[in-house]
Amino acid sequence: MIVFDNVTKYYKSNVGLEKVSVRINKGDFVFLVGPSGAGKSTFIKLILKEIDATSGSIKVRGREVTTMSNRQVPILRRNIGIVFQDFRLLPKKTVYENVAFAMEIIHQPKKLIKKYVPQVLSMVGIASKANKYPDELSAGEQQRVAIARAIVNRPRILIADEPTGNLDPDTAWEIMQLLDQINKRGTTILMVTHAKDIVDKMGKRVIAIEKGRIVRDEFGLYGYAEALEGVESTFDTIQSARTFRSKSRFRRGGREE
Amino acid sequence: MRRFFYTLKQAFLQVLRNRAMSVASIFAITAMLLILSIFFILVINVNTAAQTIQQDYDSIEIYLEDDVTKEQANDIIMQVKEEKGVEDAYYKSKEAAMENFRNRWGDNAYLLDSLNENPLPNSVVVMIGDLNYGDQIAKACSQYDGVEDVKYYKDTVDKLLKMTHFVQLAAIIVMIFLIIVSIVVVSNTIKLTVFNRAGEISIMKYVGATNWFIRGPFLAEGIIIGIISAGISVGISALLYQKIIDVIGAQVFSVLSMPMVPVGFLTYNFAWIFLALGISIGACGSIISMRKFLDA
Repeated sequence: MIVFDNVTKYYKSNVGLEKVSVRINKGDFVFLVGPSGAGKSTFIKLILKEIDATSGSIKVRGREVTTMSNRQVPILRRNIGIVFQDFRLLPKKTVYENVAFAMEIIHQPKKLIKKYVPQVLSMVGIASKANKYPDELSAGEQQRVAIARAIVNRPRILIADEPTGNLDPDTAWEIMQLLDQINKRGTTILMVTHAKDIVDKMGKRVIAIEKGRIVRDEFGLYGYAEALEGVESTFDTIQSARTFRSKSRFRRGGREE
Repeated sequence: MRRFFYTLKQAFLQVLRNRAMSVASIFAITAMLLILSIFFILVINVNTAAQTIQQDYDSIEIYLEDDVTKEQANDIIMQVKEEKGVEDAYYKSKEAAMENFRNRWGDNAYLLDSLNENPLPNSVVVMIGDLNYGDQIAKACSQYDGVEDVKYYKDTVDKLLKMTHFVQLAAIIVMIFLIIVSIVVVSNTIKLTVFNRAGEISIMKYVGATNWFIRGPFLAEGIIIGIISAGISVGISALLYQKIIDVIGAQVFSVLSMPMVPVGFLTYNFAWIFLALGISIGACGSIISMRKFLDA
C-alpha cells in the first residue's frame, strides 16, 4: 500500500526524515509514534505529496509519488482519507453538507451523494445529527463527522493525525473502535498518536520515529521501556498483540501491497 | 456543465458574501477604467485629428507672381503633373482664394471688406499622392518660372505627428500603470476571500479537488467583478463623452475643422475593450492571489 524506500527529507536547517525504509501493507492498522518534531508529520506530508522528498522513493498503491506531476496529486489524494486532531469541519455547513462536500468536489453525481452520505453517517453513528451544525455537536461527534467525510469517497488508505488528541479517554476509545471497524472493512489505517494507553490497548503495529529515523517497528506496545515496566499489568495486551501479529503476518504474506 | 454552474454559483455567492470588499474593488476598478477611458478618448481623438490633418495638408500651394497669365499657369500645371508623386494640380484664382478665406472666417468675414484690393496671389494647388515625395515636389516647384513662393506644411504636419506620437506613448504608459494597479486591487480583494475560505480550500485539497476546480470560483469572482466594473465605466464614459461633445464639440470643429469621434462608435469600442480589460484584470488578479495557496 505504502512503501518508503530510503527516503530522506531535509528542511532548510534540520532533518525531517533520514533514510527511512518502511512498508505498510494493505489492510494494516499502523500507529506512528514518537516525540514532537520526530518526523511524523513529515512522514504523512510525504505520502500526501504536500512536500517533496529530498531523496528516496515513495510508492502509494504501487505508484511512485516522488516523481508524480502536480496534476496527478489530486488523484493520489482521492485514494487517501484524512482525519485531523482539530476535525477541520466547515462551520457553515451542516453535518450532512460537510460529508457531501467531499463527494461534490470530486464531481460525484447527486444521486450517489444522496445514497452514500446517509449510509456513511449511520455507519459512524451520527445519522440522527445530519442536519446539525458542527458547533452543536460534541467533540467526539465532530470527529465522527470528520471520519465520515474522510471515508465517504471510499479511500483505500485512511490517515488519522492524532484523531483522539482533543477527546476525553472514553470518547477516544469509541473513536478507536470506529477506526478499527473501518480497518476491518479493508481500509489501511495509518494513525499518528501520542496516546500511549490507546496504542497499548489496541495492540497493533507500531512504528516509532525519533529524530527522523525509524527506531522501532513491531507489533504491540508504545515503547520498550513501557513494555518491560508493565509486564504484569499489560500481559493481556501483549498476548493479544502477539496473536494479532501472527494474523497480520499471515495477511501480509498472502496479499502483498 | 454541472461543474460550470457550480463554479458560477460559488462565485456569485462569494461576491455577495464579501459585499463590502466586492463593492470596494468594483469602485476601484471602475475608477481606473474611467481614467483609462479619458485617455482613450484623448488618444482616439488625437489620432483622428492627426489623420485629418495629414489629409488636409497633403497638398502644396504654389503662389504665382502677379504677372503670370492663365496660360502660363496652365503650363505650370502641366509641368507639375509630370512630377513623381503628384496626383492632381489645379488653378486657384485670387478671387477663389478670397472666397475661401471669407468662408473660413465666417461671421468675422466683414473685416475683409475693408481691404481695398485682394492681397492674395493666384496659385496652383498640387495634390500629393505619395507624401514621401512631398519635399521633392516642393523643391521642384520652386524652380519654375513665375513662381513666387511654395507653401508646403510638411514641417507643421511632422511636428503635429510627433506630438500625437508623444501623447499616444504617454497614454499607453499611464494605461499600463493603471492596469497593473487594477490587477493588484482585485488580487487583494480575492486574497481576502481566499483567506476567509482557507479551511475549505485545505479540505478541498485533502479530499483531492483539482487546482482548477478550487481556482474556478475565485477566477469567476474576479471576472464577475471585472465585468461589472467594465459595464459601469462604459456607461459613465459614454455619458461623460456625450457631455464633452455637447460642450466643446462645436469649438473643436471650428478650430480643427473636423468633428470629434461620435459617441456611438466610441462606446461600442469601449464596450469591447473594457470588457476584455475587466475580464483579464479580474482573472489575473485572482490567479495571482491564489498562486501561493495552490502551490502544494
